[in-house]
Amino acid sequence: MESLLQQIFTGLVSGSFFALLALGLSVIFGMLGVVNFAHGAFYMLGAFGAVMALDALGLSFWLALVVVPLVLGGLGMLLERTLVRRLTRLDPLYNFLLTFGLALILQDLVRLKYGVSSQPYQRPSQLQGSFDLGLFNYPRYQVFVLVFSVLVSVAVWVVLSRTRVGMIVRASTERPELTGALGINVGRWVTPVFGFGVALAALAGVLAAPMRAVNSGMGGDLIIVIFAVVVIGGLGSVFGSVAAGYLIGMLTAVGNYYVPALSQSLVFLLMALVLLLRPAGLFGREEGVS
Amino acid sequence: MITAKLLSGGGPLRWLLLAIGIVVALALPWMIYPPVATDILAWGLFAVALDLLLGYTGLLSFGHAAFWGSSAYTTGLIAIHTGLPFYVAVLGGALLAALLALPIGYLAVRRTGIYFAMVTLAFAQLIYFLANQWRSVTGGENGLQGIPRNLFGADLSDSFYFYYAALPVIVLGLWAAWRIVHSPFGRVLVAIRENPARARAFGYSVDRYKILVFVLSAFLAGVAGGVYAVSHGFASLQEVYWTTSGKVVVMTVLGGMGTLWGGLLGALIVVQLEDYLATAGIDANGFVTGAIFVLTVLLFRRGIWGTIAGLVASRGRRAARPGPPGEPGGPDQPGGPGEPGELERSAQAG
Repeated sequence: MESLLQQIFTGLVSGSFFALLALGLSVIFGMLGVVNFAHGAFYMLGAFGAVMALDALGLSFWLALVVVPLVLGGLGMLLERTLVRRLTRLDPLYNFLLTFGLALILQDLVRLKYGVSSQPYQRPSQLQGSFDLGLFNYPRYQVFVLVFSVLVSVAVWVVLSRTRVGMIVRASTERPELTGALGINVGRWVTPVFGFGVALAALAGVLAAPMRAVNSGMGGDLIIVIFAVVVIGGLGSVFGSVAAGYLIGMLTAVGNYYVPALSQSLVFLLMALVLLLRPAGLFGREEGVS
Repeated sequence: MITAKLLSGGGPLRWLLLAIGIVVALALPWMIYPPVATDILAWGLFAVALDLLLGYTGLLSFGHAAFWGSSAYTTGLIAIHTGLPFYVAVLGGALLAALLALPIGYLAVRRTGIYFAMVTLAFAQLIYFLANQWRSVTGGENGLQGIPRNLFGADLSDSFYFYYAALPVIVLGLWAAWRIVHSPFGRVLVAIRENPARARAFGYSVDRYKILVFVLSAFLAGVAGGVYAVSHGFASLQEVYWTTSGKVVVMTVLGGMGTLWGGLLGALIVVQLEDYLATAGIDANGFVTGAIFVLTVLLFRRGIWGTIAGLVASRGRRAARPGPPGEPGGPDQPGGPGEPGELERSAQAG
């Protein structure tokens, strides 16, 4: 029982990464209608950003947690302005292909510079050791990741649902023309929202640096899992993608506990099940006439 | 007038293109390293198979490595364990790929647009993990090695001769794709691409058509993957990995979506480029593939074939203008049915 609870906890921690990545993907999709294939690459760059910030500039983990997402968010805004924007009027497939190409380029550049072996990154001194969670001990850092990701998700939700900025973004997402007709400059928000989504991916990357293997391939496989997560949660729904992130992290961990052979396949089997029973996703709305 | 007719893509041009195609196909292993020539054949058919979905039905399958790869493994297993002619092994592999495509297609067509791409990608990754885990059969990370080139005792160890043994299989596959596109079934696919709601209103079961073309495309991708495996003598995890799915998409897009034969050009260019990079000792395939993606999508969305066909068609129209009025351009545009332009953002974008 204790080890099962521990598994669930581990699942929630990996779900934290799913949730943060799915959240960024979902926000970008909502505003631009773009599925950002490079999201995994930005996650990878976030982790390498933390490594580089420490090695080259001596920036601590805590500073990296702020600086790296800002820098990469800026890079995201630049890419949106120069490349993604040219294709937003066309079928979304083109931006999917464009960002796929960008992902390959970014991933290969990092591989050429750092090779395929993993880069070491120390846990911050404040978060070494473990917490006594009553039933079992758990590494402090993992507890921090879980709490932090929940706080970030809640903060994003509050901003989207309770502030004027969030209202504009939600309105532009649902009815861009009408929002524009009400005198709101929808286009102005596109670039910042894209940058924000990328920054969330980078944030997840920095969080991953002290506990995951930091290498050029870390984002490639993960983004496919995230795609499955957002198909399960419903990509249009911000709440749905976060909830699905934690839920799937947890379910995979439990599945892994009982059927270890299925550990990597489980999320895809879940996706198949959701497609069968509720094609629009657990929290998604039905698509219009397809 | 004769040149105008020739360029407008009517009969003569078609025969000319076919003649060029035959000459190039027969001469290829004289011009380039035979194993690379066979690679071009296999990837070419793979890209053409993908175009049935992407170009003609408007469905982006980002998981076609599942079919190429599962056929590569199956073909290899049949060839190793039975010693049957490799044609039979390839057929077996392709049938398995088609069988696999049935449930995947059934589930994937429940979502449209960009979701379809994500779903197929995810299912392909499932196949990848299964292949990785099922070590006793697939050899895991070592791959399946020692696939023989059986053909009624003929000695095909020289890749030059194997090319000519494989060519009929590929040509048959290409012919099948051409037949599909130019059949009533193919016209329905184009109708679905253009306006799914209208196709449904005409009484076509859109999902059933999509599943069927998905299975057919997977079968042809399986033929290509099987030939590839026999040519290389092994099947590895690379064959089912998502980078393989991406590579075939880039070939199709570079060649020209919805042009059918564009995929052959795309395969020719990408395979040659990778071969050149490998010989030159430049290890940056991901970067190069990515750059081709970005440039094609930004600057060259109709692809090579599409651009050339567009130029030829517009020149033909201009030259034909002084001719008798009321004569529309030939019904058969060089691009095949429903001239593929760019896919505009349409109602179907989910």
